[in-house]
Amino acid sequence: MATYLARRLSMMLLTLSLVAVTVFVLVRLVPGDSASLMLGEAGSLEQLAILRARWGLDQPWPIQFLYWIKGLLSGDFGVSTRTGEPVLALILARFQVSAVIVLAAMTIAVLVAVPVGLYAAWKQNSWADLAVVSVATLLLSIPSFWLGLLLLVVFGLKLSWLPILGYVGFGEDFSRALSFVILPVATLALIEIGVLVRMARASAIEVLRLEYVTHARAKGMPEWRVLAFHVFPNAFAPTLTLIGLILGNLLGGIAVLETVFTLPGMGRLLVESIFARDYPVVQGCLLLTGVIFVLINLIVDMLYPIFDPRVARA
Amino acid sequence: MTAQIPLLDVRNIEIQAANSTSIVKSVNLTLAHGAMAALVGESGSGKTMASRSVLRLLPPGVRMTRGEILLEGENLAEASEKRMRQLRGRSLGMIFQEPMVSLNPAMSVGAQMAEALRLHTSLSRQEIRQLCIEMLERVRISNAAGCLTAFPHEFSGGMRQRIMIASVMLLRPKLLVADEPTTALDTLAQREVLDLLTELARDFNTAVLLITHNLGLVARYTENMTVLREGRVVEAGKTASIIAHPYQTYTRKLIAAAKASQGLADDVIPPDAPAVLRATDVSVTYGARTHGRGHGAAAVSEVSLDIRKGETVAVVGGSGSGKTTLGRALLGLVPLSSGRVEFEGRNIIDGKGAIRREARLGCQMVFQDPYSSLDPRQRIGSIVHEPLRHVQDMAPADKERRVSEVLAEVGLSGLERRLPHELSGGQRQRVAIARALVRRPPLVVADEPVSALDMTIQAQVLELIRDLQASYGFACLFISHDLTAVRRVAHRVIVMEAGRIVEQGATEDILGAPQHPYTARLIEAAPMIGDPAGLRPAADRAKVLP
Repeated sequence: MATYLARRLSMMLLTLSLVAVTVFVLVRLVPGDSASLMLGEAGSLEQLAILRARWGLDQPWPIQFLYWIKGLLSGDFGVSTRTGEPVLALILARFQVSAVIVLAAMTIAVLVAVPVGLYAAWKQNSWADLAVVSVATLLLSIPSFWLGLLLLVVFGLKLSWLPILGYVGFGEDFSRALSFVILPVATLALIEIGVLVRMARASAIEVLRLEYVTHARAKGMPEWRVLAFHVFPNAFAPTLTLIGLILGNLLGGIAVLETVFTLPGMGRLLVESIFARDYPVVQGCLLLTGVIFVLINLIVDMLYPIFDPRVARA
Repeated sequence: MTAQIPLLDVRNIEIQAANSTSIVKSVNLTLAHGAMAALVGESGSGKTMASRSVLRLLPPGVRMTRGEILLEGENLAEASEKRMRQLRGRSLGMIFQEPMVSLNPAMSVGAQMAEALRLHTSLSRQEIRQLCIEMLERVRISNAAGCLTAFPHEFSGGMRQRIMIASVMLLRPKLLVADEPTTALDTLAQREVLDLLTELARDFNTAVLLITHNLGLVARYTENMTVLREGRVVEAGKTASIIAHPYQTYTRKLIAAAKASQGLADDVIPPDAPAVLRATDVSVTYGARTHGRGHGAAAVSEVSLDIRKGETVAVVGGSGSGKTTLGRALLGLVPLSSGRVEFEGRNIIDGKGAIRREARLGCQMVFQDPYSSLDPRQRIGSIVHEPLRHVQDMAPADKERRVSEVLAEVGLSGLERRLPHELSGGQRQRVAIARALVRRPPLVVADEPVSALDMTIQAQVLELIRDLQASYGFACLFISHDLTAVRRVAHRVIVMEAGRIVEQGATEDILGAPQHPYTARLIEAAPMIGDPAGLRPAADRAKVLP
């Protein structure tokens, strides 16, 4: 177990080094840099040279890279060229917003989708199953921004139940903060429910056909126990993998949704920083996304043997 | 005849599928307390559905539309679902065909065994544990206490089936429905499992309804049998008298097929025929990592053999004897740790890429499972055409002609446009044979090619292999645990145990007068009709166990 973890962590370091190099190069392949974008047409060559020297952009790429890595190793992610704020603090503040929404939405989605998918599989080909599949397909086909706007129009404008613009941190005013995140969480949860219900249903149908389910019934077990102890653990393993992938994707930024709901999340920060060629922030965001992705996959892999002991950890 | 109510009395049941076609048209069956009876039929005869209707565990959409199922006089067809749940597990036990999928992979063996006891009895945790351990010991699982915390995937197929038996017999059911309980096992494990089952059933006075297509097992283990065909009973009565004097043509056909597969291959291979494949001192060692059992085990050690043109050499042995690994090693699919393999006189293991490529193209393989060895999305014509893709000196029209020729030879003319799922198991295996033969290879390796098929289909497929060999003279390495199949096709037999050849020689010599005790045990375990040992009374059976 310990050696497994050590091996996985060292593999993670390798992955992240590759991510770091790729991110660093990709950012610089986009034409224009922070200095020229900040000064615009009006800037003189001297001003440009001064700014570039200040941010180290006059150095060759390998030197810039080494400076960046050296900073990272001592916990210094650099300073935003756009606002002058330290990158790490900036990203973490923005990440909190995204993380709250994504985690809340995902928890709701899993809690709703897995039982519903299991039920639909159990009732396969009944009208209830058909209804579940139709709604799920509808949900996952709707673009997130459109669903978000629809909810805003209904609950924000027509009914005036919830605010339509702005954001307040949970630390400042809990109930107001809640009113701002309900709609984005609902939007995201509805869409993920569409994806997860179909997955949970499909894998439960696979499992229900297997003989150990009939064997459990042949022991005289009531249906709910068959579903809870024999179908659910086996059907959940593939869904878990999917949850991990979706979670990694979403935490990396739900820029579209954050834009619709004017939330100061990491997705929007990333987009803004790309437009401003704010290299330190873009690099920091993408690296953090990489770390999250790898960590979530590690957690999923660690959880997997609980649901499927055939996948040994050793 | 006694006036006593039989344990099970199935009266004129009809079972329909969702589209209202009758799977079971009319089946009658009675079973006395403690009796052992067989329900025999080919796949599609309705035997599985008929047996599942006893526990009312029919698949969704399938329902019983007529008839009564009386368990000690109580009509199960009209019992409430609650009453059925009381009976299932407690009075009615069921054992399934595939021990690989009939135990829940995500639950420890102990938890699965305890489940039914917790449900039907008020025993304490400790008492349940004790009972489970005792029962596991009875089915000869070593380290029974350790087994409780292990998961099903840690056991072999035979062990899983024994665990299954232990778990079902814990509650001492009055009736046990065993649906093809040994079809997925090798001959030795088959014997072991059924002997145990018989022994436990006798001790607990449990009646057993054995669902099978294997007449050899029926002859050996059951007193009564019912033959099913297309959902109807065609013949029923004492097993011994039906096997000796079948009245119905269908039963006769079944028995003839089972007996025919016991007939010896008769054509003689000239001793000066050239060797197509020659292996010298071949060893394969799996490292500790791939083998998982801790030590770097020798799967095959120092095996030498040659296969001549037109000859079929059978490699037999139980699971784990190394026969499959040997087959793969000879084709270069697993690396050798030592030894040398010559194909048509050239060393293919250390040889140049071109030689190896040629050898690989010249050896074709037929796999065990016709369900998974064919691409489900590819049409039959294109599956069979595929091996011809790399043949350069053949015009496309000739290739087309060759494909239809081969399909005609295996009896599948006109099915080019079909997809694998539209064919039966026997037909799929014919496709696999056609695919192997389309290049006219000098050597065909067949790994358990008929063990997934019904008895009559087996006979047909084996017949086909022999006929094609007679026409094209390919050499054949036939890997099998099924001695009846081996008897039918092989000229020579090689017996393997624990990676070594323990005995080899002409088929009739080895199977007629085995010299090595392991061979004798294999032959002993193979169920055969008309073999007096197969009809011994139940009391003798337990003695044979190790």
